[in-house]
Amino acid sequence: MNPLRVIVVGASMGGLNALETILSGLTAEFPLPIAIVQHRSKSPRDMLAVLLQDHTSLTVREAEDKDPLKPAHVYLAPADYHLLLEPGQCTLSLEPPVNYARPSIDVLFESAAESYGEGVMAVVLTGNSADGARGAARVKAMGGIVLVQDPHHSESSKMPMAAIASSKIDYILKLEEIASIMIDSCRLREGNKNGER
Amino acid sequence: MGDRTEQLNDDQLRKLLEQIVQRYGFDFRNYAPASMRRRVLAILQQEKLDNLPDLQARVLADPSAFQRFVHGISVSVTSMFRDPTFYLAFRRNVMPLLATYPFIRIWNAGCSTGEEVYSMAILLHEEGLYERSRIYATDLDALSVERARQGIFPLGRMKEYSANYLNAGGKDSLSHYYTADRENALFRQYLMKNIVFAQHNLVCDSSFNEFHVVLCRNVMIYFNNTLREHVLSLLHDSLTTFGILCLGAKESLRFSGIESCYVQLIETEKIYRRMI
Ligand SMILES: C[S@@+](CC[C@H](N)C(=O)[O-])C[C@H]1O[C@@H](n2cnc3c(N)ncnc32)[C@H](O)[C@@H]1O
Repeated sequence: MNPLRVIVVGASMGGLNALETILSGLTAEFPLPIAIVQHRSKSPRDMLAVLLQDHTSLTVREAEDKDPLKPAHVYLAPADYHLLLEPGQCTLSLEPPVNYARPSIDVLFESAAESYGEGVMAVVLTGNSADGARGAARVKAMGGIVLVQDPHHSESSKMPMAAIASSKIDYILKLEEIASIMIDSCRLREGNKNGER
Repeated sequence: MGDRTEQLNDDQLRKLLEQIVQRYGFDFRNYAPASMRRRVLAILQQEKLDNLPDLQARVLADPSAFQRFVHGISVSVTSMFRDPTFYLAFRRNVMPLLATYPFIRIWNAGCSTGEEVYSMAILLHEEGLYERSRIYATDLDALSVERARQGIFPLGRMKEYSANYLNAGGKDSLSHYYTADRENALFRQYLMKNIVFAQHNLVCDSSFNEFHVVLCRNVMIYFNNTLREHVLSLLHDSLTTFGILCLGAKESLRFSGIESCYVQLIETEKIYRRMI
């Protein structure tokens, strides 16, 4: 197995709290970039990046077009744009909403799967939508890892359920467990690359 | 967006784009691949085809299918006074600079269906500068340019646009600038008279004048780094010294060759001034 290279996260209703929990469990040594779509209003002046930054030692930034992806950096999809990943960098698009959403989780996940293949870990969190299910299936089809928040412990279970129904996902986890699985998976895949395991 | 989980064959896509350059001279090879793939999948669906060789055959044989292809590739999504804070900053900080010129030339590159152009025309009008301005509004997509020329937009969006307009420091009421029928808002003739609409391809066409302002917002997000760099230097060559360059809210001059020639006029907006 090749090493993990990027983590993509999708969240909708209840996502702020979920994202805070996960990001607070990661340290500045975290070896991968993390790209996040949190469904949000069109208004670009909301405080999402600031709120998340308060809970983590990673660097949180609202993605700009062609931002290079760096380890221990969090790239938030900006309001009213889709966020896509190219190898090594972010791209934005104004194409119409997908699943009524812009940014859309499927768009992020599908582009990550295309650009990084099995180097992707996708995380589907709480939400009252089916966005992310198709993208998670695409990540799986390309050999990546999919991790879903336990619907029974989600503020809103619809999005995790849809993801679970869409493909054979790897982990169903409580919020508090997600950060440590992320860390472990990075180590495991690294180890494989170096032939340690 | 239907069933589009299938993957495009990269070789077939490359071949299609190469054939298109040869046949029509439009070069999409340096567009950003991630959104390019999505657009092509959407085009396949629209054309009710399920593979690239069939699409290639159709697009090469039939110029109107090629026009649809161009329209499909160019994401024409736009709105009036998108990012009201941008227009507000432009009104406050750029208009006073423009007021010192006897004649003002503005290039709106990638104007799509024109909402941005009419927004700028209204701004100039309200600042008393429209009479001595000329706006060149260009886009790759002939279908969009044609719609821009007509100045007709869906009435259903005027509520949103009115709110944007007011947040952009609008001095009147947006409805004074158009006449409405049941479905559409038709923008007034006096706003159009100093606008020149034309088809122009940023990839291969050259600069056609020297401008005091160039707006190219949310266009280079569809280009890869190489093409972005090429287009930025084209825009640079089209600006007078001390001219103003406006990019989309989530674009910047970072990592570009022309960055050092510019200062960002307002910290929170992508409004740059060429200094050398
Ligand atoms: C998302 S729209 C942006 C519209 C408007 N500037 C705005 O920000 O609302 C992108 C536009 O770029 C145009 N475009 C794409 N490639 C182009 C090229 N090579 N030359 C000129 N325009 C191009 C497309 O046709 C489309 O109208």
